[in-house]
Amino acid sequence: MALDEETIRECAAALLAGYDPADRLEFLRARFDVGLAWVHFPEGLGGLGAPRELQNVVERELAGTPQPDTGVQAIGLGMAAPTILTFGTEEQKKRFLRPLWTGEEIWCQLFSEPGAGSDLATLGTRAVRDGDEWVVDGQKVWTSGAHHARWAILVARTDVDVPKHRGLTYFVCDMHAPGVDVRPLRQITGEAEFNEVFLTGVRLGDDLRLGEVGDGWRVAQTTLMNERVAIGGAPVRRGGGMIGLVADTWRSRPELRTHDLHQRLLRLWVEAEVTRLAGSRLREQLSAGQPGPEGSGMKLSFASLNQALSGLDVELRGEEGLGYDDWTFRRSDSVDFFGRGPGYRYLRAKGNSIEGGTSEILRNIVAERVLGLPSEPRVDKDVPWKDLPR
Amino acid sequence: MTLLYTEVEEELRASVRDLLADRCGPDAVLKRIESASPYDMDLWRTLSREIGVAGLLVPEEYGGAGASAREVAVVLEELGRAVAPVPFLTSSVLATRALLQAGEKDLLRELASGETTAALAVSLAASPYRPLPETVTVTDRGTLSGEVRAVAGADVADVLLVPVGTELYRVAAENVRIEVVPSLDLTRPVATVTFSDTPGEVIGSLDVRKVLSFGAGLLASEQLGVAEWCLDTTLAYIKGRHQFARPVGSFQAIKHRMADLWLDVVRARAAARNAADLLAAGPAPDAETALEIEAASAVAESWCSEVALHVAEEAVQLHGGTGMTWEHPLHLYLKRAKSTEIALGTPGAHRDALAVLADLPAPA
Ligand SMILES: Cc1cc2nc3c(=O)[nH]c(=O)nc-3n(C[C@H](O)[C@H](O)[C@H](O)COP(=O)(O)OP(=O)(O)OC[C@H]3O[C@@H](n4cnc5c(N)ncnc54)[C@H](O)[C@@H]3O)c2cc1C
Repeated sequence: MALDEETIRECAAALLAGYDPADRLEFLRARFDVGLAWVHFPEGLGGLGAPRELQNVVERELAGTPQPDTGVQAIGLGMAAPTILTFGTEEQKKRFLRPLWTGEEIWCQLFSEPGAGSDLATLGTRAVRDGDEWVVDGQKVWTSGAHHARWAILVARTDVDVPKHRGLTYFVCDMHAPGVDVRPLRQITGEAEFNEVFLTGVRLGDDLRLGEVGDGWRVAQTTLMNERVAIGGAPVRRGGGMIGLVADTWRSRPELRTHDLHQRLLRLWVEAEVTRLAGSRLREQLSAGQPGPEGSGMKLSFASLNQALSGLDVELRGEEGLGYDDWTFRRSDSVDFFGRGPGYRYLRAKGNSIEGGTSEILRNIVAERVLGLPSEPRVDKDVPWKDLPR
Repeated sequence: MTLLYTEVEEELRASVRDLLADRCGPDAVLKRIESASPYDMDLWRTLSREIGVAGLLVPEEYGGAGASAREVAVVLEELGRAVAPVPFLTSSVLATRALLQAGEKDLLRELASGETTAALAVSLAASPYRPLPETVTVTDRGTLSGEVRAVAGADVADVLLVPVGTELYRVAAENVRIEVVPSLDLTRPVATVTFSDTPGEVIGSLDVRKVLSFGAGLLASEQLGVAEWCLDTTLAYIKGRHQFARPVGSFQAIKHRMADLWLDVVRARAAARNAADLLAAGPAPDAETALEIEAASAVAESWCSEVALHVAEEAVQLHGGTGMTWEHPLHLYLKRAKSTEIALGTPGAHRDALAVLADLPAPA
């Protein structure tokens, strides 16, 4: 079967003829089974082994049918799935990818620890082998959506006698296993989107290990790269997204306009537009098979734009900007920029330059890996983890 | 439509770049601007004869290449990278576009070969969003009188194209007083052009603002070239320059600035490509598309002007004392960047235009 646009359209038509979109779950399961979840994934794993750009055809053909929830499922779709695809065994791929994609099983990411954020490789959560199992002890923090999660991607230390990057191993963690304790962490917006996760004597079978023992850093790199493309890489239409929201307020509320705000709005409109165009150009490069280094920059610009726009939005509203929609302490489902008020957007956008790698770390990456500038002297590179000052 | 470069465009780029590397290196440009004739007309003739750049926008039936704004943009990027002192923007983009609009054929043919050059007699600072100041008038006898300042490319033009009202006049350069003034941009000097009872010939009607808007959308590509050269050169410098027993490029304060500049340039490339791509599509079939094209040009020009200037300014700073010297070509780029910030509409003028195009009205 030649995999061209025509074939994809026929597959989509067959799916629509055979399954009723009204039954959300059945429809999503069927879509996965016919290979229209991610067309570039292999057959049997939600894809057809097709060129990545044909996914656009799928999206167009299946617009208006039930879609995966890119909010609660973000970590599963954006980070766990590509990592499992690259490093998982056949069994792991078969076991995890389908319910991950349909949203039957939600994923979270157990990477950061109180003492290991940007410097993720210093993390101290231990995994000790016990026969066919691993016993995990430690504490994770800022874990988004852990309260919904059935599974987690987890990095843990399996060797303390080697330098920090070399003693890590990557696991899939069963969030229902005894010893997993998820406690909400209230955040700047008032709600608890992320959590602390305490792992006490958690037993994980060796079949939940992803990649080789001691190779966890390399596996985590795949996750992190995908994370950065996932954040800020989504296509928007011209004048859409956050700038659209601010522009709508501007248009409908002439009494709020001042000359200063006008100049700032126009600058941001231009910045949003050039950022959007750079995103389109990046996607074109990716689908033409010439992955450019532009990817690392998209998250950076997304973060600063979102922050500038949401800040302007609050200021623009004057009196109304003094209010807030809802301070109730609750565990939220996902980030809801568009369903909430300007104050929430302003506060939540502060996380955009921290989550998934801070803007400082991303600038380091651009400078070193894209521009080839020398790295800073690293004092901890060859020191065994157990001897590092902490 | 695509925001990438096609194979043909990459080939065109390679031939222009090779020729410029050969004939228009920084030392050659530095020497040239101190001579009596800052424009390198030998280089110009070679570019036209061997690569055909002069006739890119001219249809094949009039001896041109029948190419589009996309190819012109690629040439402008390369000319910007070299701050090449040749009349491409003035003769092959602005004057040629004016002739195409006015429906003239014979002069187009001459311009296409590069043997004749023309300049549009308007200030380089003219804005596409404002009526031209009426400094040239037609006398009862049908001759032209008046003065236009800050005209680029006039000193090497054989023909001047003078918009008066809605008409375009053709005037032989030998009948006009053209006085080059000391210019901020040494590689694209400007001149005062004076008409005194000068015979001219009407060649058609013209909406000069459309020509300026087209030029502005493409000037963004020249600015992209300027920015790219400054970024690359600075990168090479800070990798090689050691202070405190380390390359200065290993200090995070410097690395972060470079990462930000890179991101600005990445976005400038996307914006310039988008404008070139839309301008290449030819005259807009309807009013909505026309607005779309105008907006793309305004976005590209406002962003690329500021980025070129910012990267050039950062480049001077990051070169330390070297950046302040006459021997280092960096100043040529800073001067080009600063003067193109003003050319064909300032960034603020383009943003003001977007207020209308994007429906973001100013306060009452
Ligand atoms: C909303 C939100 C959701 C999150 N969700 C998750 C999740 O689901 N799972 C998960 O594992 N983690 C999650 N995180 C954690 C996130 O990945 C970390 O917060 C982030 O990596 C930064 O680490 P840190 O908080 O320890 O800051 P630190 O690393 O302590 O940084 C403090 C400051 O120092 C700067 N800094 C640090 N190192 C350098 C350096 N080398 N050069 C220059 N500056 C430096 C940082 O940029 C920052 O400004 C989330 C965070 C947020 C805000």
